[in-house]
Amino acid sequence: FFFNSRSMFVRRASYISRVMRFNNYQRYYASGASKCLVFAEHNNEKLNPVTLNAISAARLISEDISVLVLGSNCQNVVDEVSSVDGVSNVLYSDNQSFNRLLPESVSPVLEKCQSEQNYTHFLAPATANGKNIFPRFAAKLDVQPISDVTKVESDNTFVRPIYAGNALATVESSDNVKIITIRPTAFDAANKGSGKANTSKIECDVSQDLSTWKSEELAKSERPDLTAANVIITGGRGMKSGENFAMLEKLADIFGGAVGATRAAVDDGMVPNDMQIGQTGKVVAPQLYIAIGVSGAIQHIAGMKDSKIIVAINKDEEAPLFQIADYGLVGDAFAILPELTEKLAARQKK
Amino acid sequence: FLFDLLRVVMSGRRVLVAVKRAIDYKVQIRVNKDCTGVEDAKMSMNPFDEIAVEEGVKMKENKQADEVVVVSIGPKKCSETIRTALAMGADRGIHVEIDQNLFPLDVAKVLQKVVEKESPQLCLLGKQAIDNDCNQTGQMLAGLMNWPQGTFASKLDFDGEKTVQVTREVDGGLETVELTLPSVITCDLRLNKPRYTALPQIMKAKKKPIDTITPEDLGVSISPRLKVVSVNPPPKREGGGKVADVDELISKLESHGLA
Repeated sequence: FFFNSRSMFVRRASYISRVMRFNNYQRYYASGASKCLVFAEHNNEKLNPVTLNAISAARLISEDISVLVLGSNCQNVVDEVSSVDGVSNVLYSDNQSFNRLLPESVSPVLEKCQSEQNYTHFLAPATANGKNIFPRFAAKLDVQPISDVTKVESDNTFVRPIYAGNALATVESSDNVKIITIRPTAFDAANKGSGKANTSKIECDVSQDLSTWKSEELAKSERPDLTAANVIITGGRGMKSGENFAMLEKLADIFGGAVGATRAAVDDGMVPNDMQIGQTGKVVAPQLYIAIGVSGAIQHIAGMKDSKIIVAINKDEEAPLFQIADYGLVGDAFAILPELTEKLAARQKK
Repeated sequence: FLFDLLRVVMSGRRVLVAVKRAIDYKVQIRVNKDCTGVEDAKMSMNPFDEIAVEEGVKMKENKQADEVVVVSIGPKKCSETIRTALAMGADRGIHVEIDQNLFPLDVAKVLQKVVEKESPQLCLLGKQAIDNDCNQTGQMLAGLMNWPQGTFASKLDFDGEKTVQVTREVDGGLETVELTLPSVITCDLRLNKPRYTALPQIMKAKKKPIDTITPEDLGVSISPRLKVVSVNPPPKREGGGKVADVDELISKLESHGLA
């Protein structure tokens, strides 16, 4: 025998995966060797839906999906995760130290999981936590991490945006372990409800003397998260002041949507930083994006150009945003906004 | 060796700032014909790294640091980027010369060796390079050094001798963590506004020393793990549609089932 029968099987399996990928099916890859651990994003009470996008991305790589939940009083999250389609295992640690996730505390836990279970892939949604923790963990494993992945081509080849999304790089990793953050808007959300995963508590030493969590200032809002909203109304420098953002809030409330902002608006102190949409802020892809008083800098467009429908309202008809807007209305935002809000509200009443 | 030893002994508080030479943020990049990268364009210091340099210089001005050392890893022209940092107020530069494009793991390994040589109490990096948008190098350096990390920093408070309070911009707003020194901090947009460099500072910078070395000199062997298979433009977005007034806008939204 020049070829042993096992290598024939592996080649046939990878041929099948290639065919399936070519046919654009979102199916499991027939690779028996892949084993994924997904890092859950949550607030101890509820799972953040972006985790469901990460689980979908993992399902493009393997059928063997475990999810790691680190939190404090987070049983609800553990239960929620164990009901997600495609998840076989939920590993969790419910510990006061994990009330907030410090990378110096979390990375050792990931390293422990790896030494015990030999995962081939680690995935996390590219949230502030994912971006903070995963590269540190990758360095500990001597792995080059791959961040903000928008497409899984195979178990070792991924597409990610570069130059503020003005180019897409397809990269192939030769590391034995792949450590990946995914862009949630690029993947569907896995379904909840019919999964019945095993849950197991993990023992981990959480003590470290490098960092301490002190305090936070979070925006409180009844509106949906920017990353989850179907409709986003964004204000830019043209809104002139933070008070004027109240007009955007009124419009957002008609749609049940969220309010976003450009870097300029945040820099000028009009609104807090959690509203910033852009290359280094939040990346969103809602059904409807209405940008008011936004010129459309390269860096802002990077954060919203995958929106389904883009509306631009600006009195400067040369504003770059008009070039990618589906519907542009040139005019004074402070005249247009009240008219738009009034007429939409009237229609809603009817 | 003696000079290095002397340097370490006399280090006071040394801040090491890493800067990258990247395509200018105002450039509208274009993918090149063979889909291997982007066309050449105007290069500048990565904007987040300017913020890091500014923070180091401010620390010196506030007597929170004694020396600001700037390091850049890349081809010959990186020395120009280092000169800009020196003109902003850094004291000396280290140019690790290599012609390849490096990914963050290799960059972090080189920086680790520089850190071991220079013994800074603080490493300041930009949050991300606007060319590859990785947002990894600072975190990886911290991991390799087993130092704490304060990423996406919008405010630094050196109230204690041995600690720093870092206010970070996170998804929900702001959070503050306390890190022991030495630590790695990555700088976000609102940490400060980098100064313009005037001619006198630029002239003074020409006299400041830049040490040029190679990764081999530092004992680092570069081992790229990622192969760039291809670089492609994103799907083109057709735009430019206009509506005349609010009524037309509403009817368009209605046609999409959005109003």
